[in-house]
Amino acid sequence: MSLETFIQQLANGISLGSLYALIAIGYTMVYGILRLINFAHSDIFMVGAYFAFFLIAVFRLPWLLSAVLAVALTACVGMTIDRIAYRPVRNAPRISALITAVGVSFFLENLGLVTVGARPKPFHRPELMARVVRIGPAAISGVSIWVPILSIGLVVILLYVIYRTKLGMAMRSVATDIDTTRLMGVNVDTVISYTFAIGSALAAAGGIMWACKYPQINPLMGIYPGWKAFTAAVIGGIGNVTGAMIGGFLIGLIEIMAVAIFPALSGYRDGMIFGLLLVFLLVRPTGILGETLKEKV
Amino acid sequence: MRRLLLGIVVALILISLGAVVQSAAPEPIVIGCNLEMTGQVAAYGQAAWEGINIVSQIVKPEVLGRPVKLIPLDNKSDKIDTANASSRLIERDNVVAIIGPMISGSMLAAGEVCEKKEVPIIGPTTTNPLTTQGKKYVFRACFIDPFQATIAATYCYRDLNAKTAAILSDISNDYCVALGNFFQQEFERLGGKVVSLTYCKAGDQDYSAQLTDVKTKNPDIIYIPNYYTEAALAVVQARDLGLTQPVFGADGIATEEFLAIGGKAVEGVMHTTFWHEKAAESELSKKYVELYRAKYGADDEVNVFGALAADCYLIVLDAIERAGSTDPKKIAEAIEATKNLQVVTGSVTIENGDAIKPVVFREVKNGKWDYKTMVHP
Repeated sequence: MSLETFIQQLANGISLGSLYALIAIGYTMVYGILRLINFAHSDIFMVGAYFAFFLIAVFRLPWLLSAVLAVALTACVGMTIDRIAYRPVRNAPRISALITAVGVSFFLENLGLVTVGARPKPFHRPELMARVVRIGPAAISGVSIWVPILSIGLVVILLYVIYRTKLGMAMRSVATDIDTTRLMGVNVDTVISYTFAIGSALAAAGGIMWACKYPQINPLMGIYPGWKAFTAAVIGGIGNVTGAMIGGFLIGLIEIMAVAIFPALSGYRDGMIFGLLLVFLLVRPTGILGETLKEKV
Repeated sequence: MRRLLLGIVVALILISLGAVVQSAAPEPIVIGCNLEMTGQVAAYGQAAWEGINIVSQIVKPEVLGRPVKLIPLDNKSDKIDTANASSRLIERDNVVAIIGPMISGSMLAAGEVCEKKEVPIIGPTTTNPLTTQGKKYVFRACFIDPFQATIAATYCYRDLNAKTAAILSDISNDYCVALGNFFQQEFERLGGKVVSLTYCKAGDQDYSAQLTDVKTKNPDIIYIPNYYTEAALAVVQARDLGLTQPVFGADGIATEEFLAIGGKAVEGVMHTTFWHEKAAESELSKKYVELYRAKYGADDEVNVFGALAADCYLIVLDAIERAGSTDPKKIAEAIEATKNLQVVTGSVTIENGDAIKPVVFREVKNGKWDYKTMVHP
């Protein structure tokens, strides 16, 4: 592989990886707090993209405003899902919550199929994102430059919220021990609700950027990115935000580099990614940054 | 208690009356439509259903003096669901024939079921040669892939003067892989060389790695024989990466989604397809185009997949008529004997389960499909 090709593929990988990272963070945050794998997360990602699509195409709002509004609306959807679907089973066995999450996922997908139809819709991307930029020998589209920058910006804000604000402190506390946190006078349900809002907002941001990069949306668009991001969260160490980021970039880079090095095997790259997940589950189930869970007594 | 008894008696009388009324009208002949209404290629199934509904306004759904009832079933663009849908149509709805599915991979699965149950199934656009091979009950209303790919390769090599090519095909679909192989065989037989051969998978959205490989090898032409969403995304990303080579596709991209998702990026993309409304010569075709326009707006292009599904409807009705019976076995024999039948896309003759049809070349110009030429077998 020439240096030129390598730089191009590296840029491709980072750009794809940053999107996986953004979605993976949503999985990992909810898991960290509730020990719940929110399978509906990948569909919230789709919902975010559709909100942006309708705000742009139907209400004719400017692009940036539509994106911000879509993120806010999706955050509300996330909170509503938590309120309606997850809160009633909060004290039920963990498997019930997991099944509920799968149910919500199917519900959102099929609601999409019924309301907006199964045929893909074109997503309008702003000029800034569509422009092709030449950096040395590599041609990189605006999207591929903006997506990592925006993703990293969002993650920095998120880390600030988690480690420097009172809400973040409450979130970390809930993650450690729900009952003790409740005893300390923290309104646990509100904290969980905000967690869902933040996770869903990140998913929506991811969904909109995804739709800019791959300009089509359909009700099932979240499934594959969702699985990959989930894989990233597990490989990075589920429950750990930094781990999810590392996992996301890793998956993105592996996916691109696998094709770059073995072009003839490019059809099997999903198999490689999920194979890697299996290896991790067997060898290091806690992931790269995960810690071994101590049984709570 | 008395009231209850009375109620039951009245109900029984009503039910028997209903039965009498029903038996007075001739029982409908049921035809199943096993279509991709959702999933990867939802546009094909939905267009097919539109086409069948439009043509049934021209040719009344009546045969042998009995009304024809169509039962649509969604197969989710999935092989297993398509096989299951066929079983369900045959066993539960007692259909005499099945129209659809639209894609070859699904037909390979559904064809097995129909062959075993001895009920004819006809795919409007299932172009893979294997679907009908060695089968008595599986048919198609379109040309086959070796023909389409050979003509595409010849055109690229001779007319576009391409000496090197890249192929990016969808490994999860029999149709795409086979087209890629047929194209490569013919292109290399002519003296060209395929310098980059990469694959993707149904539902993939990122092709940057494969296309960077294409960019490094710098071929004269890029052949993308995939379905519309995957193909449109690949072309958009190819242009994003600065690739300027002409792109050639196959019949699978003939949807409005390809144009809408691709936008400016797909300008100049060429492909081989079954039909174009400009080739509509017969009364039937003209009437079909007119009704389509009336229903879907004057600007809409008359969808090729809908037209082919309409052909299937006509082929099946004609076969039932000639068979003079609703026995699926006899209908299958009658379909095989179809000769010069006037359908929406021209005239059709069926041989060994395959329709003999010409290939149409088109190119995207100003966001629309532009008819270039037609090649007869």
